[in-house]
Order: sequence, then C-alpha cells, then structure tokens
Amino acid sequence: MSEGDAAKGVEDRTDAGDGKFGEYGGRYVPEALMPAIEELTDAYERYVLGNEDGFVDEFRRRLAEFGGRPTPLQRADRLSERYGTEVYLKREDLVHGGAHKLNNALGQVLLAKYMGKERIVAETGAGQHGTATAMAAAHLGMPCEVYMGERDINRQRPNVFRMRINGAAVTPVTTGRGTLKEAISETMRDWASNVEDTHYVIGSVVGPHPFPRMVRDFQAVISEEAREQIREGAGRLPDAVLACAGGGSNTMGAFHRFVPDEDVDLYAVEAGGSSLEVDERTGVAPNSASLTTGSEGVLHGSRTKLLQDGHGQIVESHSISSGLDYAGVGPELAHLVDEGRVTPVAVDDDAALAAFHRLSQEEGIIPALETAHAFGYLHEHHAGLGGVVVVNVSGRGDKDLESVVEETDARGTPNAPDMSAFGGGL
Amino acid sequence: MSDLSTAFADGPAFVPYLAVGDPDYESSLAYVEALERGGADVVELGLPFSEPIAEGPTIQEAVVRSLEAGTTPDLFFEFVGDLEVDVPLVCMTYYNLVYQYGEERGPRPFVEKAAEVGLSGFVVPDLPAEEAGPLRAACDEFGLDLVSIVAPTTDEERLGKLVSVSSGYLYVQARLGVTGAQSSVSDRTAASLDRLSDVDLPKAVGFGISSGEQAATVVEAGADGVIVGSALVDVVGEGYRNDDPVADVADRLESLARELNAGAERGYSQRAPRPERTSE
Repeated sequence: MSEGDAAKGVEDRTDAGDGKFGEYGGRYVPEALMPAIEELTDAYERYVLGNEDGFVDEFRRRLAEFGGRPTPLQRADRLSERYGTEVYLKREDLVHGGAHKLNNALGQVLLAKYMGKERIVAETGAGQHGTATAMAAAHLGMPCEVYMGERDINRQRPNVFRMRINGAAVTPVTTGRGTLKEAISETMRDWASNVEDTHYVIGSVVGPHPFPRMVRDFQAVISEEAREQIREGAGRLPDAVLACAGGGSNTMGAFHRFVPDEDVDLYAVEAGGSSLEVDERTGVAPNSASLTTGSEGVLHGSRTKLLQDGHGQIVESHSISSGLDYAGVGPELAHLVDEGRVTPVAVDDDAALAAFHRLSQEEGIIPALETAHAFGYLHEHHAGLGGVVVVNVSGRGDKDLESVVEETDARGTPNAPDMSAFGGGL
Repeated sequence: MSDLSTAFADGPAFVPYLAVGDPDYESSLAYVEALERGGADVVELGLPFSEPIAEGPTIQEAVVRSLEAGTTPDLFFEFVGDLEVDVPLVCMTYYNLVYQYGEERGPRPFVEKAAEVGLSGFVVPDLPAEEAGPLRAACDEFGLDLVSIVAPTTDEERLGKLVSVSSGYLYVQARLGVTGAQSSVSDRTAASLDRLSDVDLPKAVGFGISSGEQAATVVEAGADGVIVGSALVDVVGEGYRNDDPVADVADRLESLARELNAGAERGYSQRAPRPERTSE
C-alpha cells in the first residue's frame, strides 16, 4: 500500500470492530441504551464506513459548503522566527462556528437524520460543541437540546447566546460542580428516557463504542488535510504534531492520519491547571491531565484513563479552559499513550494564558484557551521538537475573552496588555 | 437455589432500596432495619458512585448526601456487617467502584469482600451483558448472584445474552429513563413481563413504583416481586431536610414498606390463575 492509500480515509473499511483499543474502550452503559448503541453501530458501519446512500459524499459536500473546509495550513512566520523552527498552524478556528467541533457535530446530526431520528441532545463544556451541534441541527432542520453545567454557562455566555439564537434549548445542569462531567451524565439520563427517537451527539472521542471511533473518523479530516498540506508546504512530513487534549477529539483528529507515520512525534497537551497533584482532602484535581496523571477506570460508557480517588470516585477536575475541564479522556488516546505512540504533556494555566497573548500579538490569531495550551508547550519545548512542527489551532478564542480579561488581571500575566481599565466591560 | 431466588419462592417479594450512608451511617442502619420490619424480602443497598448515570434526581441527591457523609466501599462493607437484619442483601453500584477495589484490578477483590461480609449479589446498572464476564466469573467463584436489568428496549437477542449472565432474579425496568417515583405504572410493564414468561428466573419490577396500589398492579400483571427505591429515598430526604428524629423517619419508612408489601400481596391474590403449561 502506498503512503497515499494509507492516508486516504475510511471508505475501504466496513467493520466498526469491537470498540476496544487494547484494554480500553467498550460499552459500559445501562441496558436501556444498548439497543440504541447497537443501532448506531449498524448505522456507523453502513453509512460512515460503507458510504451507503452516499452519506460520506453528502457529509463531505456539507463540510465544504456549510463548514468552510478545507481549512488552511498556515506557516506562522513570527513564531517560526522566534523559535528557529518551521511552525505551521492547522486553522480549525476557521471552520464555521469557530472550532473543529463542527466536523463531528455535522457528521452526527446528518447520521441521525439518515437513521430517522427526530431529536438531538448534546452536552457542552466550553459551549463550542453545543454551538456546533445547534448550528448543525438548525442547518439540517432537527430540534436540539443542549445540557450545560451552570458554572460553564456563567463562564461561556457568548456560546450560550449562540446556541439559543440557532434555536437550541439550553438546559442548565446544577449537580456537582456544574461542569462538563455533570452535563454528560445529565445528557445520558435524557437519552435513556427518550432513546427511541433521540440521538445523543457526544462531543468528543469518549463514551461507549462506537462513539470514540466514529467521532475520530469525523474529525480525521483535520489530519487528512494537514498531511497533504504539509507535504506541499514543507515538502515533507512534520517532525511533530501538537494538539491540546481534553476529551481528545481535536487531538485524535489531528493525529489519526499521522499515527502510521512513526517518524512523526505526536504530543497531546493537557491542562496542567494550577498543579498536577490531587488534593486528597477536598477530592479535587486542580488539573485536567488524565493522560499524564490519571489511572484506568470506567466512566461515561468506556474504560479509559480517569482522574479518580483511591476508591474509584471521580474527582473534580480544573482548568482555566472549560473545554479541557473533564476528568476523562478518549480510550484510543489512552491506548496510544500506553503504546508509546503519543506523548502526553501538561501545560499549566499561567503558561496557557501567556501563550494566548503571545499568539494574539505575534500572529494576529486569538486562540481558544484550549488551543493556547498547545502553544504553551511549543514555547517551552520548541528546541526538542524538530525542524517542522504542526500545531492544531482547535478553535478561536472569542468565547474566552471575558475569562481572559478577568484571569489576566488577577494573575498579572507578564506579556499581556493592561486590561484593568476594561475589566468586566466587554 | 440461591438466597435471592429463595426469597421469591413463597409469594411476591418486596425488594426495597436505600443508599447506604444516607444521610449518615447510623441513621442509615436504622432505616434499613425499618425496611425489614416493614416486610422486606430482599434489600438492595446502594453503594454511592459520584456519577450515577442511571439515577434520577431523588437517588442522585441521596448519593451526594452519602458521599458528603464520607461513605466509602470499606464503610459500605462495614455497614453490611453491622446491619441486624435477616434477609438477603444485594449491593447496587456502578462498575468503576467494583473494578477499583483492592490491590488487584478487576472485580474479584470486591466480590470476595462482599462474600465475606454476607452479601448475596449485585446489581450494576452500567454493566451490560457484553462486559459482565469478569464479574460473572468472580460471582461464580464466591457463590454470589449477578442480577441483570432488562429494559423495555431489550430485544430477544439481547434478552438471551442477559439471561445467560444473570442469576438470583431479573430486574425488570418498568419504563424507559432513569429511576424516580411515578404516579402510574407504565403499560409497557405488562408487555415486558409477557416477553419474559419463559425465563426461568424470578422477575422483579422496578423504576417508578411508589404506592401499594402500583405494587398490586405490577404483581397482578405477573411480576414475582417489586423493587422500590426513590419513594423510600424521598422519605429519607424529607426527614433530612426537616431535621426529623431518626426514629420518626424509620417509622415512616416501615409504614410505607408495609403498604408496598401489602400491595404486592394483594396483587398476588388477585392474579388470575395461569394456565398450566404442558410440554409438547
């Protein structure tokens, strides 16, 4: 098989497999959901892997026309100069809606339509997945309800407005700490109650089989394009690909087509928060670094790496970026880390915020706080990454501006403009 | 015949549920003992997990109260040892807690400990038949039962898989959704029981039963038992919010348990005699 064939896509595979990535993955869900998951697996095999009824063709057409793909791979001139290495940016922030999330949301809402489902539910952390799902649902004429933690609603108001404006119902989740973990649990409850006519658009490569595999396939367009583009732009494959990792959907999307290229180093950059230690007294991990610090367990439908205490209770995570603020991670990513194919690294809140300002000032790109973690790692470790580096710009940072102003003032971020005169006034 | 199957041998079984440690260890002991006085044939004891995806708001709040009171798997086992009841006890929890217990990964240490303290079996709502192999093997090793939940959406093929890993009884989910008290019994319950009539395990119906009348309806429709959780947990939650004395809350639990148990008995006596099955 030529290199081109290996990178071509999902069309030549027709079997969803058993949903296991080594010892990770599987299906750990209530029995009421199992028939829906089997139905979804069947639909995934037929439509996504088998292109039945031209599903993949329609998906690609809508990704291009509605989503704005392909996104550019841009050489970052000033960062390249600063770091003495060729830095390329995969511009997923330019996808319609401002993040890679639309690739998956459009795929799943379209699939739900092919399956004859009548309603969409989704969960969201930073609001980007909820926004993408609301947009895709409006585009395809499906009613949509999005569950969002109360704390995240307060942190991400612009995306709440966008979801509502696109016609979605946004339901606050008040349990626990009111973040993504609780929103996922609540959406699973809704799905269990309405499973016969409702599809749950999971927002990352997490959850029961076939979600981790299917979401990866919808997101693999990122690395499919980037692989072609870097060969054209740099004349060769990169030495390293960097992507931030919360649940891991942009990570797996950016890595997937590079996985067989063993000379390309893959770095999953997690949220190091304020510390990598777990506070045993409060049961809080002041980070969201489940690949770096987590242990194997079962959460939200699959076996994977988790932030948990010694008894198996899931601990509260933390990140300055609500999109990374999750105690689990995709099972395939956990497996690739165990295999040594993906290197997990962590960047703390302060370094991410500094990187946010650096990219905004030096390249004119305001990145999502999630993405800023990948640039934080680039800043600190560029010397060891090789001559050509691709960084996945998973989304744009408009949604984060209120938190950035507040956090920048509170932390006295060294390379940031003085925001104090504008605090809270955005 | 296992302890659990035996509990269903003489008429309908009343199977109440409470979350252990809700709202604290000592009160919870008194509450479970009150359920036995009220006629429990089996008690399902919830070991709280931080992400109870199959539970509705009532049990979810109980889980939060219990975890805040410091309930851990070891305290749960201690609780079982401290209980002064004489009915079979089933542990209802989520797989991560079963999987993480002890030094060795996997369900075996948890099951071994459960057998040591005298539990009779498990209900694990997030463990479908496909992933149940290791827990089933551990249950076989230590002589415990694994109760599976049958949903209204479970088709014939899945039912076969479920039955093949199940023992003790089948937990028949009366309706779709999560746990929580309802004012009426779903029409789907009778249809579910009809589908299960050939399965050689007792069938206990749960999800939404809150009154003696509902218990009667379910048993009359052919259930071998009724499982009641949220309606009882509501009594605990209300007592906690009102700061009521533990003895008063225990009395109310005993009284509701009597009503539910009497309803189940009434339903059984009203049941039309089933035609004798003849072998062909």
